[in-house]
Amino acid sequence: MNTFWVLAPIMVLAALGILFVRKAVHAALLLAIVMIGLACLYLSLDAPFLALVQIAVYMGAILMLFLFVLMLVGVDAADSVVETIKGQRFMAILGGLVLGVVLVVGLAQMSLGAVVGLDDANAPGNIPALADLLFSKYVFAFEVTSALLITAAVGAMVLAHRERMEPKATQASLAARRMQDYAVSGKHPGPLPTPGVFARHNAVDTPALLPDGTASEASVSRVLAARGTVRSAPAMAGDIAGIEKQLGRAPHAGRDASAPATTEEETPAT
Amino acid sequence: MFVLAEGAAPLVDPGSADGAFSLLWLVIVLPLLGAAILLVGAPLAKGRLDKQGHLLGAALPVLSFVLSLVMFFALLGRSSDDRQVSQHLYTWFQAGGLKVGADLLYDPLSALFMLLITGVGSLIHIYSIGYMEHDERRRRFFGYLNLFIAAMLTLVMSANYLGVFLGWEGVGLASYLLIGFWQYKHSAAAAAKKAFILNRVGDIGLSLAVALFFATFGTTDFTTISANAGKASEGTMTALGLLLLLAACGKSAQVPLQSWLLDAMEGPTPVSALIHAATMVTAGVYLVVRSNFVFDYAPHARTAVVVVATVTLLWGAVIGCGKDDIKKVLAGSTMSQIGYMMLGAGLGVAGYPFAIFHLLTHGFFKANMFLGAGSVMHGMDDDVDMRHYGALSRAMPVTFLTFAMGYLAIIGFPGFSGFWSKDKIIEVALTQNWLVGVLAMIGAGITGFYMTRLMLMTFFSQKRWADGVHPHESPRVMTVPLIVLAALSVLGGVMLIGNWIADFLEPVTGHPLEENPALPAVVNSVIVVVIVAVGVALAWYLFQRQEVPREAPQNVSFVTRAARSELYGNEINDGLVVRPGGRLVGGLTLFDRHGVDGVVEGTALGVGGSGSVLRMVQTGFVRSYALSLLAGAVLVVVALLAVNLK
Amino acid sequence: MTPYVLLSAILFTIGSVGVLTRRNAIVVFMCIELMLNASNLALVAFAKQHGDLDGQVTAFFVMVVAAAEVVVGLAIIMTIFRTRRSASVDDASLLKY
Repeated sequence: MNTFWVLAPIMVLAALGILFVRKAVHAALLLAIVMIGLACLYLSLDAPFLALVQIAVYMGAILMLFLFVLMLVGVDAADSVVETIKGQRFMAILGGLVLGVVLVVGLAQMSLGAVVGLDDANAPGNIPALADLLFSKYVFAFEVTSALLITAAVGAMVLAHRERMEPKATQASLAARRMQDYAVSGKHPGPLPTPGVFARHNAVDTPALLPDGTASEASVSRVLAARGTVRSAPAMAGDIAGIEKQLGRAPHAGRDASAPATTEEETPAT
Repeated sequence: MFVLAEGAAPLVDPGSADGAFSLLWLVIVLPLLGAAILLVGAPLAKGRLDKQGHLLGAALPVLSFVLSLVMFFALLGRSSDDRQVSQHLYTWFQAGGLKVGADLLYDPLSALFMLLITGVGSLIHIYSIGYMEHDERRRRFFGYLNLFIAAMLTLVMSANYLGVFLGWEGVGLASYLLIGFWQYKHSAAAAAKKAFILNRVGDIGLSLAVALFFATFGTTDFTTISANAGKASEGTMTALGLLLLLAACGKSAQVPLQSWLLDAMEGPTPVSALIHAATMVTAGVYLVVRSNFVFDYAPHARTAVVVVATVTLLWGAVIGCGKDDIKKVLAGSTMSQIGYMMLGAGLGVAGYPFAIFHLLTHGFFKANMFLGAGSVMHGMDDDVDMRHYGALSRAMPVTFLTFAMGYLAIIGFPGFSGFWSKDKIIEVALTQNWLVGVLAMIGAGITGFYMTRLMLMTFFSQKRWADGVHPHESPRVMTVPLIVLAALSVLGGVMLIGNWIADFLEPVTGHPLEENPALPAVVNSVIVVVIVAVGVALAWYLFQRQEVPREAPQNVSFVTRAARSELYGNEINDGLVVRPGGRLVGGLTLFDRHGVDGVVEGTALGVGGSGSVLRMVQTGFVRSYALSLLAGAVLVVVALLAVNLK
Repeated sequence: MTPYVLLSAILFTIGSVGVLTRRNAIVVFMCIELMLNASNLALVAFAKQHGDLDGQVTAFFVMVVAAAEVVVGLAIIMTIFRTRRSASVDDASLLKY
């Protein structure tokens, strides 16, 4: 019972959290907490098989599926909290309260009597006992679920499938479009400059320097720029003298005089 | 009024058909074949039958007549208690306890009818070859005539009431088709419909009678019914008799279903002669005589027959006096003469043979006169108004002479066929009830009056026909049948020699008890002849001595006006049935439109209105729907708890 | 076993309120999963209460059905998102009066 009293408040809080968090990802994580709690409760209720299935199927498959879809739909999209349907929220909360109160009061009034316990039923082990039931008494339902799963799989494929509306782009057509873009908008037709090639570092977070010494904003990922983790070229310019010294050459006068651009200022705010 | 019949009716107990009688079915099939070929086969023959088809149509009834004649003599060759023959063709249908066979019955009654139908029918077919010569639908006309002959033969030869019903409906159909033969004439089409609908009323009687026969006796065969007739209650028998009388009234144009017969004259004249004078309209008489085993046990029904017959014979005679249309005069006369036959049939065993006797002689002389009228019309450019005739005896001598034979027969000139047959009916009527007898005598006097009027206005008095009309004698093909029928009209009385007709029909009608006639036969005849002579003299005074105006005078007495409008038969029908029926239908239509439709459409409007309000609930928001779902769930939970906690 | 059942009821209620108030289709779906899980908890609890494994088998079937449902449901959400660029259940409200 201790397990229950520890887990129950956590699960209720997590469940309530689903109602209030704005980001769907957070809701999914809160749901995961509830599910893990449920798995533990199943264990305490002598249902080890279900606990395992709860972890494997719910956590491993279903919740992961939720997360996949969330990634496809957009992680950072947050719900608006403004209710658009008039009276919906009030009525929903009222209805929920009534249902909850009625259920809780009603169930609390009932006396369930002594717990029989599953020791006898689980005597050959939980999984063999479940298997006995599944393949004898519930074998027809079991077979029907197989049809259901097949149908669901095929249905999901049909729904997710997208017909190709235009011919697949060939290399020639891609090249033609690239040149077309260059002609229309002046977009550079060649590959983007690789980061750090003309600088000291060739790490991905180091912008490449253009021949005039300015940093090329196109050479680093926009994600890195958004995170603000792009290293600035000037920060690395300090060891130029040392390197030149190693090479046995006089320092370049013009270089120091110029003010090299910082990538932070030039990268567009995404 | 009448007592129960003098002993039970003779049983219908036929032997099996062999020898010549095995060809009974062929009598019906021959004209039926003709109808099939002319009506169904001819379109397939691509018009080739249009030119010569009428010859086939005329030949087949003649063949039937020859067969009938052969069988008639074969029947005469048998002893009188062996003169019933039946032929089982096949089982028509079987449903539960009802088994109906296609059975034919050949006995003296059907033998005489077959001779009449095929004989007169053949003559009229031959006559039609000339009469319909210029009609482009002649082939179809002969097809219909053959169909009629087949149906009429079915009617008189069937051995059960369902077969009779089949023929009954068949002749009704043929009559409808032939009355409306010139369907482009509005009056002809309307007359055909009128005849058909009024016949329907009578047919209800026959179909109900068939059903009642089945309910009472479990069969419709004459044999079984005649054997068990005495076991049924008198009430049932009276009901059967009245239903059969209703049927007879419809088919034989008896009051109150008489009004169609005069309009039926819109059909071609041979049709009027064959169907509406000689054969079909007498089917009612046949039905009553054939059902003698019913009427013998239903004295009240027979009383009703006599009343109807007496009213009709006077009704028809009065109409005959008022009409100027030659065919309508003859139609009124037909109605009246069938009244005599029904009177005879209603008088029971003593009257049956004379009803049939009068039916036969009437078939001869009335067909003769109708064909004569057709011949006159043929010469007068299809004018039917007698006021436009006059002094035609010179122009068409053969028609005149043959018509005169028919005329003398119908008024009952001593020695002619009508004299014998009508006399016997009046004699029997007088014996049983003096009032009916006296009325029948008065009817004979009126007959003398209107027939003389017709005769004088057509063949004598002054010539009144319009300029450009050149009356001429009809071709040989038309006059020969006239001559034959005239001869039969004169000589028809030979059937009464030695009371042959009564003896011949005795196996069917039964043997009457000897009754003392109210008057000696000779005195009776003299009285009738005197009454007729008075009528003739009156007509001679009015229409030969005085000028007959070319236009019908309008300032005439009430009686004449009534007679001209057929004693207001149509008005009575309109007032009693048509207008109330129309008002009922109108009221029901109104109720349907405003009452029933109002309820239905009001409901629809209400449902639609509430739907257009309630549909606002369908916001399209899934979450609103889910909310109502939750509310439902809460209600279910609360209900469950409320039930459990109580 | 009453505490377990009560917890199940509370979770179920929270899930249902979530379905009614959240607009992101994916979160709505999660709330449905929450409700299914809550019912599973009750089933398992009653299985122990009555000493009968039928409850556990039923819970197992519920999981299977939930898995199938999620697959199809998410595919539907994907399809809707692809055409409407939105995962809000309120946006798909054309099927109305």
